[in-house]
Amino acid sequence: MDLHLSAAAPSDEERAAVDELLGEPASGWHGARRDDVTYRVARGGRSARDQRHLLLPALHALQASAGWISEGGLNYVCERLTVPPAEAYGVATFYAMFSVEPRPRTVVHVCDDIACRVAGSEAICEHLQTAYGPERSAAEGAGNASWVRSPCLGLCDAAPAVLYQQAGPGARDFVTTLAEPETVAALGRGARMAATPAPVVVGGAEPRLLRRVGVVDPASFDDYHAHGGYLALRRAVELGPEGTIAEITEAKLMGRGGAAFPTGVKWQAVAAQAAHPHYFVCNADESEPGTFKDRVVMEQDPFAVIESMTIAGFATGSPAGYVYIRGEYPLATQRLEHAVAEARHRGYLGADVMGEGFEFDIELRRGAGAYICGEETALFNSLEGKRGEPRNKPPFPVQRGLFGKPTGINNVETLINVLEILRLGGAAYARIGTEGSTGPRLFCLSGNVGRPGLYEADFGVTLGELLDLAGGVTGDLRAVLLGGAAGGFLTPADLDSRMTFEDARAGGYTLGSGVVMAFNTDVDLVEIVMRIARFFRDESCGQCVPCRVGTVRQEEALQRLVSERTLGTRADELALLTDIGRVMTDASICGLGQTAASAVQSAVARLNLFEGSPA
Amino acid sequence: MVGLATVFGAGGGTSSYGEVEHSDLMLLWGSNARAAHPIFFHHVLKGIHNGMRLIAVDPRRTESAQWGDLWLGIDVGTDIALSNSIAREIIVNELHDATFIERATVGFEAYRDSVMSWTLERGEEVTKVPADVIQEVAHAFGKADRAMICWTLGITEHHNATDNVLSLINLSLLTGHVGRYGCGVNPLRGQNNVQGGGDMGAIPNKLPGFQDIEKDSEARARFEAAWGVPIDPTSGWTITQMFEAMERKDLSAAYVIGENPASSEADNQHAVELLEGLDTLIVQDIFMTKTAQLADVVFPASNSAFESEGTVTNSERRVQRTRAALTPPGNARDDIWIITQIAERLGTDWGAVTPQGAWDELRSLSPMHAGMSYARLEALGGLQWPCPDEDHPGTQFLHARLWSDDPAEVGPRAPFSVVVDEPPVDLLNEEFPLRLTTGRRLDSYNTGMQSGRYTSPLRRPETLDVSPEDAERLGLSEGEPVAVSSRRGTVEAPVHVDPALRPGLVFMTFHFPDQVETNVLTIDATDPKSGTAEFKATAVRIDKLPAATAQGSVEGSR
Repeated sequence: MDLHLSAAAPSDEERAAVDELLGEPASGWHGARRDDVTYRVARGGRSARDQRHLLLPALHALQASAGWISEGGLNYVCERLTVPPAEAYGVATFYAMFSVEPRPRTVVHVCDDIACRVAGSEAICEHLQTAYGPERSAAEGAGNASWVRSPCLGLCDAAPAVLYQQAGPGARDFVTTLAEPETVAALGRGARMAATPAPVVVGGAEPRLLRRVGVVDPASFDDYHAHGGYLALRRAVELGPEGTIAEITEAKLMGRGGAAFPTGVKWQAVAAQAAHPHYFVCNADESEPGTFKDRVVMEQDPFAVIESMTIAGFATGSPAGYVYIRGEYPLATQRLEHAVAEARHRGYLGADVMGEGFEFDIELRRGAGAYICGEETALFNSLEGKRGEPRNKPPFPVQRGLFGKPTGINNVETLINVLEILRLGGAAYARIGTEGSTGPRLFCLSGNVGRPGLYEADFGVTLGELLDLAGGVTGDLRAVLLGGAAGGFLTPADLDSRMTFEDARAGGYTLGSGVVMAFNTDVDLVEIVMRIARFFRDESCGQCVPCRVGTVRQEEALQRLVSERTLGTRADELALLTDIGRVMTDASICGLGQTAASAVQSAVARLNLFEGSPA
Repeated sequence: MVGLATVFGAGGGTSSYGEVEHSDLMLLWGSNARAAHPIFFHHVLKGIHNGMRLIAVDPRRTESAQWGDLWLGIDVGTDIALSNSIAREIIVNELHDATFIERATVGFEAYRDSVMSWTLERGEEVTKVPADVIQEVAHAFGKADRAMICWTLGITEHHNATDNVLSLINLSLLTGHVGRYGCGVNPLRGQNNVQGGGDMGAIPNKLPGFQDIEKDSEARARFEAAWGVPIDPTSGWTITQMFEAMERKDLSAAYVIGENPASSEADNQHAVELLEGLDTLIVQDIFMTKTAQLADVVFPASNSAFESEGTVTNSERRVQRTRAALTPPGNARDDIWIITQIAERLGTDWGAVTPQGAWDELRSLSPMHAGMSYARLEALGGLQWPCPDEDHPGTQFLHARLWSDDPAEVGPRAPFSVVVDEPPVDLLNEEFPLRLTTGRRLDSYNTGMQSGRYTSPLRRPETLDVSPEDAERLGLSEGEPVAVSSRRGTVEAPVHVDPALRPGLVFMTFHFPDQVETNVLTIDATDPKSGTAEFKATAVRIDKLPAATAQGSVEGSR
């Protein structure tokens, strides 16, 4: 590899942080003191390139040690991992949680996305503007802290939410929910006060997926075991890999990430691939605005994620599993890390799982603030230490996924359904829900509802029933955002719409990630739509033209409509919006671009939001 | 080339570029191909991408070595010690290919006996590379299914260049890593047509097609019949021997075509004096080189790449057509035209010689080119020699004959060569304690005559590259001009601290002779067999300059 490093050197702190992750450097060619062996021998090549996947963890280590990634620190990581600095810089600047400019050791990320906006996040922003100075600045009096606006933090059930990203020895990221402006400002400056834990509101007629949430101690392996834990893995071992996949197939389980792909087909495809090793990845990069279901499961029932991944690894013949968890989920990360270590300690992960003679272990990897990494191929690139840019398909992940090998990938919700399938049997599971949409489903209710939270219902439930589960709408219902920013708006006339894949297809809406966000007549929906447009502009990875340009043009057209500075008539602008939307949908590489116009388009079509003069 | 010709009868790399992409192991020995052979290295990168392991042997940890799985930083000039140690380790562990040795080689016993004293420990003592690393390389090379050895001037710019090459060929014979797809021994060529030059007989003892001028009387007779003149059956001189002859006054006239010895020869102050002492010096070039400035007559020539018709031959022996895209400027003329005109003035009328006519004459005289008509070269995008007739597809890799079951087809067996480790001629001592080695950079070419004419964002002026340790010990700072002295002369150059070097080893290029005449320092000790000078090993000393005279020779940069 051609490394042309600048003269900038790492601080002792940065060097120590990287060494803690990677171990002491092996030779003078990788950052150790030069000695007689250095002068005569160097090792690199394949063994060095094979470490590239550690780039993101190494950047996290730098960021956490100093609060930013300095040139010297980056040089050291490049030297350790044999990555050209230009490439490492390209990776570091791709992710929102990394900074390559100096910044204070505490950065307060204020969620100003849809649900938090409805719940009053602007008041927090205004307060911090006064207390800390403008966004991203480190003004006098702010202490060692600055603040930024953040896309959805996945805490919509307890909005408004704030993430405190902290660096330095012993520092740890944390969140507060139901946040008050003064408290946020004080916490950002290092005030010691009890952070409000996110209240866990879960509900539903008959909890299956959530049966242990709020019941078990998420830190206790024994508690999990006592509540039915690892019975499903036992059953899978009895059935064997093929038998397990047969049950999943018979259950007609479909992916809950949005694409609704049959899970049994996917697992079978991975298992059948001749190339080895196979990998299994849990997509826990839950970043769809309005979505928090996977976070709640990981925080409250982390062993369920591990058990279901182990089953997936067993069935697909994958000895190695990765959980890619979003960087903004400190508590879920901490609890999963603990649970992985516990499971390994008890022999439920490792070279001989449960004494049954198969190997499976899990590595936890944190994202760093990039919505796009929820797209499966972008996620693989991120795991490999690259910019999170989606790949062209085919080849599909089951053929060539992580590290170019056959890879199975499911999100958290899909995976924990596997436990239920093995508990009930595939046929019994298939009787839950409807013919075309089997099983239970998690719904994230937020916005203007009585009890925002995570609700479980069988497929076939209506929109109105879901809102009633969450205590009904507060105020007069104006619209519901279904499926997240990549979903679309429904109106009070749609309350009888059934939540199934087949009804959604027929009715022209999407369940997406299970977001049900209610807005009453007091909410400025134009502002919500503008926020969605800004979200996609920010989160487009910039790789393909339709999305990179389209998301910007879409936001600009909306701006002109809102400010009544249209080019031509309003009808012209609306036609342009439709046109841009069609191009993005048809021609973008990945799902982000393909859905970046859907909420905007549904607001235009169903809410008539931009007809005539704005209110 | 002499080494390859000695063993195999043909002086060419044995493999094709494409094979590099499908080899399992490459020993890149004395070559910074990443910088000096960037096109070839693209194939190496593809090979690496396909899983090939790369082991680099070089005193410096070069850009190429950075791509390697393993780098061995031997002492300059200890290549034979390393290869003999590797050979012994292969033999004592029975990793050699006994069947191949038995039916395709001769001289194994003597070779085996000669390397038996080269234990890993002795190898470490001489090369300074740890014994276990030498062992690792021996086992990797011995066990590889397909392994290739590639080298360049780090092997050949030594006083014992031919022995160095023979020692590498020994390794390939020992393991049967030659004559098979993905295996081979390959000298990388520095110029696009240096292979073609040799093929066409620009070697003192060869007629075109590597036909020996002394030994091959049948071939000589063929040329005599075609040309209508008797051919003196004695070898000519190498360029180094020519300079020696100038010294003795045995050579008084030189006709230099496309070469700049006034800048490129080792100990070049002396070379200039000798050129100046000639009765007649004629230079034919596309640039007014330093040599041309010394000439009595200069013939401005057309550029062979895009102002004239003809062929070039690359390192994989592929003959390709070149075509004129531009008309040469001013009075510049095609080489063939100039030579024809000189012949005419000397009283021989060759008529109107065309490139194709000259080529067809070659095909009639050189059997390995016989099947390469212009039409086929154009239709097939080039052909690789040997190509004996018009139905022959060309030859992807050489010496497949060695693997034949039929002893008659095997033909002359390839001889092992007993080679002896000899240190560089220019010894280190207290007065000259540092080892200077020279080489090339990606952005420049040889003496800079061509590459210096355009700018490159990568280019920096000549520097004396030293290790961080030596810089600290001698109190040198980056960019500081210093005096570098060898037993032959002194130059000034700014310091550049380069971690690719170790204590005691310093490096310079010779790309910027107008700024720093690096070859004032180098020694003209030459290999008696190939005539190559020992550019790679000079004993030098660094002296700090008094503050007053320490002025920026950096400004001499282009």
